[in-house]
Amino acid sequence: MTRKQRRTVLIGTAMAVLSVAVGLVLFALSDSIVFFYSPSEVMAKEMAPGQRFRLGGLVEDGSVERSQGTTVHFVVTDMSKELPVSYTGVLPDLFREGQGVVAEGALGPDGVFHADNVLAKHDEKYMPPEVAAKLKQQGVWEGASGETGAGAESKVN
Amino acid sequence: MIAETGHFALILALAVAVLQTVVPIFGARRGDARLMGFAVPAAQAQFLLLALAFMALMTAYVTSDFSVQNVYQNSSVAKPLLYKISAVWGNHEGSMVLWVLILALFGAAVATYGRNLPPTLQANVLGVQGAIGVAFLLFIVTTSNPFLRIDPAPFEGLGFNPVLQDPALAFHPPFLYAGYVGFSMAFSFAIAALIDGKIDAAWARWVRPWTLAAWMCLTLGIAMGSWWAYYELGWGGFWFWDPVENASFMPWLSGTALLHSALVMEKRDALKVWTILLAIVTFSLSLVGTFLVRSGVLTSVHAFAVDPARGVFILGIMAVFIGGALALFAWRAPLLRQGGLFAPISREGALVFNNLILTTACAAVFVGTLYPLALQSLTPEKISVGPPFFNYTFVPLIVPLLVAVPFGPFLAWKRGDLAAASQRLFAAACVAVLAMIVVAALQQRGPWLAPIGIGIGIWLIGGALSEVAFRIKLFDAGRAEVIRRAVNLPRSAYGTMLAHAGLGLVVIGVVATTAWRVEDITALKPGESTEIAGYTLRFEGVRESEGANYAERVGFFDVSRGGEAITRLTPSKRHFNVEGSATTESAIHVSWRGDLYAVLGDPLEGGAYTVRVYFNPLVRLIWLGALVMFFGGGVSLFDRRLRVGAPVRAKAKVPPMRLADAK
Repeated sequence: MTRKQRRTVLIGTAMAVLSVAVGLVLFALSDSIVFFYSPSEVMAKEMAPGQRFRLGGLVEDGSVERSQGTTVHFVVTDMSKELPVSYTGVLPDLFREGQGVVAEGALGPDGVFHADNVLAKHDEKYMPPEVAAKLKQQGVWEGASGETGAGAESKVN
Repeated sequence: MIAETGHFALILALAVAVLQTVVPIFGARRGDARLMGFAVPAAQAQFLLLALAFMALMTAYVTSDFSVQNVYQNSSVAKPLLYKISAVWGNHEGSMVLWVLILALFGAAVATYGRNLPPTLQANVLGVQGAIGVAFLLFIVTTSNPFLRIDPAPFEGLGFNPVLQDPALAFHPPFLYAGYVGFSMAFSFAIAALIDGKIDAAWARWVRPWTLAAWMCLTLGIAMGSWWAYYELGWGGFWFWDPVENASFMPWLSGTALLHSALVMEKRDALKVWTILLAIVTFSLSLVGTFLVRSGVLTSVHAFAVDPARGVFILGIMAVFIGGALALFAWRAPLLRQGGLFAPISREGALVFNNLILTTACAAVFVGTLYPLALQSLTPEKISVGPPFFNYTFVPLIVPLLVAVPFGPFLAWKRGDLAAASQRLFAAACVAVLAMIVVAALQQRGPWLAPIGIGIGIWLIGGALSEVAFRIKLFDAGRAEVIRRAVNLPRSAYGTMLAHAGLGLVVIGVVATTAWRVEDITALKPGESTEIAGYTLRFEGVRESEGANYAERVGFFDVSRGGEAITRLTPSKRHFNVEGSATTESAIHVSWRGDLYAVLGDPLEGGAYTVRVYFNPLVRLIWLGALVMFFGGGVSLFDRRLRVGAPVRAKAKVPPMRLADAK
C-alpha cells in the first residue's frame, strides 16, 4: 500500500464516521428535542394531544389536590392563562403552591396536561429560569434571578 | 486579619504569575539560562501563595467568621465540620480559588520534578501555565473575590445548600477540578512545543503521565458526581445527560482520545500534529466546562444580566486561550513533519479509530449541550435536548468502538494481522456470544438490544483478560515461565487490562439498569405492603427526629423476600432549618443482584404516604467499573518507564531533532 492509498483509507474512514455522526445528530435534533411553552403559548398554539413539550409557570395557589392515590392534580398558571396538570409520582421537595415549576409531558384528549416528569430546584428563592424569563417577558414578575449557586436540579419522574 | 492575609496572598500570586509568564518565555527566546531558570522558583512561590490564600479561606469557614461575606452566604454555625470545609469549594468564589490552586500545584510539580526536561521546554511550559494562572487570578481578584468583608458581621450564616451536604459531593469538586485543570499540563506542553517548533517522542513521554493523572481524577470525579445524583436526587438515575454533566464528560472523552494518541506518538513518533491538536482541544473543553458551569448561562441566559462581568470575563479567557492556541497551531503545526508510516490494520490504525470515534462522539455531545443555548440566545424559542438525543447519537457512535477495543492491544505496531488477533480473541468472543444467548433466553421483558449490550460488556472484559493471558502464555507455558512473564510484564499492560475491563463493567451496569429497572409508585398506610422484584416491603410507619442541623421524618420499611426478613429500609425527608429547604434521603439495600431503592414521599389524606420503590439491577457495576478504570490508570502511572521525574536513560538523551528535518 502506498502512502497515498493509506491516506485515502484514513480520510475515507473519517468521512464515513463523520457523515454517520452528522446524520444521527440531524435526525435526533428533528426528532427528540422538547420545546418549552407557557400556558398562554399552549393555548395560542393549539397543541395537538400527545405532542411532548415542557410546560412552565407557577403552581396556582389552592390548586393542588392529592385525592386519588398517588396521582396529583394541580394548575399551572402564567398569570394570564391556566392549564390543569395531572402527575403520578413523588413530587420534588420544593414543589409548592405559588412557586415556579416545569413539567414535561403531553396534553391528553381531555385537555389536561399529563406530566411524567416534574422539575423543581432546591432553593426557596428559586424560579425556573424559563419561567422567570416568560414571566418577565409578560411583565408579571420582577424577581432577582441571581441565584446561580451550585444547586442541583431535582427531577422526579 | 486572616481574610486580608488571604486576599493579599491572592494578589501577590497574581504578580508572581505575571512574572512566571513573561520572564521564562522571554528567556527561552533569548536562550538565557538564568531567565529561564526563574520559572522554577516562581511556580513554587505561586503555589505556596495560593495555598496560603486557600488556607485563609478555609480557616474563615472552619471558625465560622461571618464577617467574610462568602462565609456568611454559604455556611452556618451548626453545620458539621466536613461540610464547613467542603463549603469552601461549594460556591462560586471558593471553587475558583481551588481551581487556580490545583493549576499552581501542577505548575509547581513540573518545576520541582521536571529538572531533566530540556530547559527551554520547561521554561515555556511553566510560562504558559503561568499565563493561565494570570487569567484566572485576574478573574478572581476583579470579579469573584472570596475575601470581601461585611460590616457589621452577622451572628449566623445563611447556610449551605442541603443537597450538597453529602460526603460524596464533598470530594467530587476537587477530583473533577484536578481532572479539568490537569489537562492544562498537556495544553502547556503542546503550546511550548509549538513555540519551540520541536517535538519528539520524549515530549509524549512527559505529557502522558500528566494526562493520565488528570484523566484518573476526572474519571473518579465524574463517577462520584453520578453516584451522588443516584442516591441524593431520589429518582435512582445514574446519568441525566444534563448540561453540567456533559460539561465534565466532553473533556473526559477527548482526554481519553489524547491518552491513546500520545501512546502512538511516544511509541511510533506518528500522529504528532493530531496529538498537539487534541491536547489543545481537551483543555479548551475543560475551559468550556468551567464556563458553562461557572458563568451561569446554564441556569439562565439571564444570569449574564445579573453579573455580566463574570460570564464575559470567562468568555474572554476562553477566546484568548482557545483562539490563541488554535492560531499558534495553524501557524506552527505545518513545521511538524509526520513520521512513522503504518498500515490501516495495525496498532496505530486501531488507536486512530479510537480517536476518530471518541472525538466524533464528543462532538455529538457538544452539539447536544450547546445547541439549546445557541438557539435560546439567537431566537425566542426555548428547547431542551434530553436523553433521547444522546441515545440516538452518542450510543450508536460509541458501540463500534466498544466492539473494536479488544482488537487494539492484539494488533502489532506498523502492520497488524487481524486474523491472528481474531484467533486469539476466539475464547472471549465465545464467552460473549454465550452470555448474549443466556441473557436473551432468561430475559422476560426489556429491549432486544439489552442482551447484545451485556454481550459487548463481557466481550470487553474477556478481551482485556485474554490480552494479558496471551502475553504471559498462561495456557502455553510451564508455571515457572508464566510467573516469570507475569512479573516481567510492564505495569502499563496491566493498566490497559484494568481500564478496558472496567469499561466492560460500566457497559454491563448501564445496560442492565437501563433495560431492566423496575419502578413502583404507591400510596401506603402503616401496616400495608408493596412488592417489587421479588421483595416485599412492609410500611411500619414514620417517626420524627432531629439531626445536627435538620429535622427529619423517617419512614420504616421491613424488607423480606420469600417470607424471610432481609433488612429494614429507612428513607427520610430532611428539613434544614437554617437554609429553609428540604432534601429527600433515599434508602438503599445493596445485593449482588442490584439495588433496592426506596424513597418516602408526601403524606396523603388518611395517614397514607406516597412511596416510591425501585429495583436497579447491577447498577453498582457502573461505579465499580469507574473505580477499576481509575486503578488501571494508577497501575499504568507507576510503570517504571512512565514515572514522573524518572531519570532519562542515555538512549533518550539524544538531542531532539528539529521537527522539520525529522522523518
